[in-house]
Amino acid sequence: MWISITFISLAMIGLIYRVIKGPTVADRVVALDAIGISLVSVVALVSVFLETSAFLDIILLIGILAFIGTVAFSKFLEKGEIMEYDRNGDR
Amino acid sequence: MTEMEIVKFFAGLFILIGAFLSLVTAFGLIRLPDVYTRNHAASKSATMGVMLVLLGTFIYFWFIEHHFNSRLLLGVLFIFLTSPVAGHLIARAAYNSGVKLSDRTVQDDLAKARKKMKAEEHLK
Repeated sequence: MWISITFISLAMIGLIYRVIKGPTVADRVVALDAIGISLVSVVALVSVFLETSAFLDIILLIGILAFIGTVAFSKFLEKGEIMEYDRNGDR
Repeated sequence: MTEMEIVKFFAGLFILIGAFLSLVTAFGLIRLPDVYTRNHAASKSATMGVMLVLLGTFIYFWFIEHHFNSRLLLGVLFIFLTSPVAGHLIARAAYNSGVKLSDRTVQDDLAKARKKMKAEEHLK
């Protein structure tokens, strides 16, 4: 158990290194998405440690937020804005 | 070896393999040369690692605490569905915003296909 949480913490430190250094913005977005996903497994491990099932709702919440954040970032990278007010889509 | 110990062994094994796969993700993100290969590393092994960790947690809560937690299964399903979509979106955004491929890449089929499409449009 301690070994696994050490592994995940080391992985998150490596991902933070990539977030800070990353040569392009897309690198940083990839690393942030991976950090969000490993945060899910950290929450699962903490709830196993504390022997409570109270934190397990947070797993879904973090997963959904990571996905929405990634989608918003990639749309921002591609089009330069997140919300479009032009309904015809001709831009 | 009682039943409890067997179940604990399998839950711990799943969680350990999942944590190891997360470490593999971090190594891939640090060592690989460009965005697309890094995206490949992140979207595959991170998904598998988190799914294994959640499965181990599910087994633990089901057999040790006698508590069938459907939200963990829902989390596994959700991550299984959304992580490849997120990876594809990032890769597409990176390609369209003009991130260069690494020097060691030997093949770029999408650029060839786009050039061909543009030429066909030009002919019309």
